[in-house]
Amino acid sequence: MEMDRTVVAEERPTIIDTVTGAIRENYLNANYGLKSWFLTVDHKRIAILYLISITLFFFLGGSFAVMIRLELITPQGDLVQAETYNKLFTMHGIVMVFFFLIPSIPAVLGNFLVPIMIGARDMAFPRLNLASWYIYVVGGLFTLGAMIAGGIDTGWTFYTPYSTSFSNTYVIATGLGIFVVGFSSILTGLNFIVTIHKMRAPGLTWFRLPLFIWSNYATSIIMVLGTPVIAVTILLVALERGLHIGIFDPALGGDPILFQHLFWFYSHPAVYIMILPAMGVISELVACFSRRRVFGYKFVAFASLGIAVIGFLVWGHHMFVSGQSSYAGMIFSFLSFIVAIPSAIKVFNWTATMYKGSISYDTPMLYVMGFIGLFTIGGLTGLFLACLGVDIHVHDTYFIVAHFHYIMVGGTIMAYLGGIHFWWPKITGRMYPEGWGKFSALLIFVGFNLTFFPQFLLGYLGMPRRYYAYPQEFQVLNVMSSAGASVLGVGYLLPLVYFLWSLRYGRIAGSNPWKATGLEWQTSSPPPTENFLATPVVTEEPYQYSPEETEAEYAMTKKENVNV
Amino acid sequence: MWDFPLFPEQASTVAGRVDSLYFFLVTITIVFSLLIAFAIAFFAIKYRRGNNVDRSNPLSESKTMEAVWIGVPLVIVMIIFFWGTNVYFTIVRAPKQAEDVYATGKQWMWKFQHIGGQREINELHVPVGKPIRVIMTSEDVIHSLYFPSFRVKQDVLPGRYTQLWFEPNKPGTYHIFCAEYCGLQHSGMIGRVVVMDPVSYQRWLSTGKGGGGSTTGDAGTGSGESMASAGEKIFQQQGCASCHMADDATRAPQLKGLFGTQVALKNGETITADEQYIRESILRSGAKIVEGYEPVMPVYQGRISEEDLMQLLVYVKSLAAPAKNQSGGTQSATVPGTATGEQARGTAQHADVPAANAKSGSK
Repeated sequence: MEMDRTVVAEERPTIIDTVTGAIRENYLNANYGLKSWFLTVDHKRIAILYLISITLFFFLGGSFAVMIRLELITPQGDLVQAETYNKLFTMHGIVMVFFFLIPSIPAVLGNFLVPIMIGARDMAFPRLNLASWYIYVVGGLFTLGAMIAGGIDTGWTFYTPYSTSFSNTYVIATGLGIFVVGFSSILTGLNFIVTIHKMRAPGLTWFRLPLFIWSNYATSIIMVLGTPVIAVTILLVALERGLHIGIFDPALGGDPILFQHLFWFYSHPAVYIMILPAMGVISELVACFSRRRVFGYKFVAFASLGIAVIGFLVWGHHMFVSGQSSYAGMIFSFLSFIVAIPSAIKVFNWTATMYKGSISYDTPMLYVMGFIGLFTIGGLTGLFLACLGVDIHVHDTYFIVAHFHYIMVGGTIMAYLGGIHFWWPKITGRMYPEGWGKFSALLIFVGFNLTFFPQFLLGYLGMPRRYYAYPQEFQVLNVMSSAGASVLGVGYLLPLVYFLWSLRYGRIAGSNPWKATGLEWQTSSPPPTENFLATPVVTEEPYQYSPEETEAEYAMTKKENVNV
Repeated sequence: MWDFPLFPEQASTVAGRVDSLYFFLVTITIVFSLLIAFAIAFFAIKYRRGNNVDRSNPLSESKTMEAVWIGVPLVIVMIIFFWGTNVYFTIVRAPKQAEDVYATGKQWMWKFQHIGGQREINELHVPVGKPIRVIMTSEDVIHSLYFPSFRVKQDVLPGRYTQLWFEPNKPGTYHIFCAEYCGLQHSGMIGRVVVMDPVSYQRWLSTGKGGGGSTTGDAGTGSGESMASAGEKIFQQQGCASCHMADDATRAPQLKGLFGTQVALKNGETITADEQYIRESILRSGAKIVEGYEPVMPVYQGRISEEDLMQLLVYVKSLAAPAKNQSGGTQSATVPGTATGEQARGTAQHADVPAANAKSGSK
């Protein structure tokens, strides 16, 4: 991946703002004012809009989690009413899944990086891209409005007939918010697919693409094919709830299991919407900080597609105790074991990438190592749930809660934060404070394990999920979990503070502070609005790192420092 | 404070098998997690920047290694799959001699009724060493009946029957939980299962006493008659007998000996007369018309409670010969010697009742 860097440095026309006298040279200072942000069609600015909105939702969802963990410190219900508690875990799930995790990496890092990584000027449909953010905001406001009006208590899973005929909360309003936000997801996916197909730079063949592109491509397929199903399902819930058309409620002639099939047909692949982009981030990071080409590039790339395809065939493993046929259960169990294999392939390849590398322990690499460890535990505990004999016991207990938090928090959020740290200098032009970065990465890792590991034990002991009050004997493990959550909370607040701090006080990053390969590092930081001044031409495979060269350079700088 | 459990009690025959599988999985998890963690730590230290080690000719792809780390996990997960499926089919297939208990879930309580008619709320008394099959339905939303110490769980659905079974093998008192979120007092929908030695269980069945400090589990609450006999009364009250027990079978199919047999339907299909079929035929008689009959039976949907329906079902089952529970009593070889007699008598007593009622019913 070569590109004449002097082009960027010398031929860049300097535009002086006639009013302020400031130099307009990148996408952030190209123009000013609210209008320039809210009507922007620049994928990088849209990424920033997403970054701000999903961060708000993350801390909103996090505050619900704080209340949940506080309530669960004691066995009896005391802090909040049972009704409030039920709304808290429901809204925690809805906010985190639909308004944070699903858009997180694709909408922020994907939006920012996909065009730059493939050497394009923007997405294939820039206006559609902006529209998808507006749709996200409308959906978000809808759901927020429903929460402020009184909330919803069905669990994020909306199981019927509770959601359609029994709950007295704002099911339809909240559902509509999710229905709307689904379109944002579909449009983003569609945009990625077309952009990746049609707008790659000359010479950038499929097997020269960074793995982040492969994983976002696989994610987009799921978004486009899966999301319409959840949209239809929510609509059916609204029809039954509002007009009493019998679809899911047996009292009206419906079938409650049908809802579960439809819901999980989307919501299981949705787990892969959350984890696949995270895997893409990890591939980029592990290569850069090990100074090695990702081991088994093609296997890692095809593993993403494998997960996307097989992921559509495993939804029934959420229904082993639902009353579905035991033979169906057997087939879903088998396929669920098969979908574990591509994930295993990735973990082994990432680990092998570190072999004979030149490894530095910068913050993003700490997140990588944290991710691989936690994702491994999350993935292996998934085998317990794919296994029919064990799932019967642990289904709907805290074992499941622990498992999916290892995947979604230990996996997706670790990768998201690792990615934000890694590309922060590219996005803002400034470095975050490295010491604080390492400290908070460590805090998050420790806090995370303390929060969620005890939940595996609670689950096997039999503590069901969504319990407002619980038997006395579960208290000690619950207290541990709540204590861990407080550490985790601090770990999440720290980056918020130092990232904001770095916007003004961070060290100027320069175009490539990590000496990384990839087209995004060959343009200035922050990049100009048009990303590249001349279309880059790609002549090599990705990840052309050399550990030996890195070592030689490192030895040289060390020597110079000693001489000084 | 530090006296808290880290592992649940094993109180059923299947619990040990589930736990063995679980420990196998735990072992796999620990081995692979440590393998990965060790490899990462080892590489991170050995190949840290500035450490003078050999980094020449690093491999960046290897079909052999890919084959190994695809093949080995594949073999392991297939072992888990077959093992897990094997345990699963033990969990879902109730033995033929299992004794039936009927359960109804509603927001937010569990109602149990024994064949002998004894009713319990949020408490279930069962004898040790005898397979128990719980046939369940819900009056409102989806619930899930969960016995952690038995390692079994099954969702309880409105509008249909589901079932689970277990064989307790350790006397004691254990949790009953609702595992599927069901609304406001979901976490209050809990209870306990009291596993008793067979002698105490028989005493409990007949007197309602000795239920392990029982407060709510007074056996025989309500009718004091067996489910089949109560079902027979409903059968008379609802006017079922006038057609289904008439001397000639021209107006309606006869129910004697029906349960468990194959029924030929008008549309050419053949169906087993199981719990679900009986339920559907009472509630929506038009759903499955028996060959040779017209759909003239009224619809009982919404006119009969779930509990009454269960009693009717038990009555219809009792009309099938030979009485299932009687054979169950004599087959339970696992029951300790002294208890066998008690056991057999206890179940025989239940089985006798419907037989007697059936006679009086066909007037």
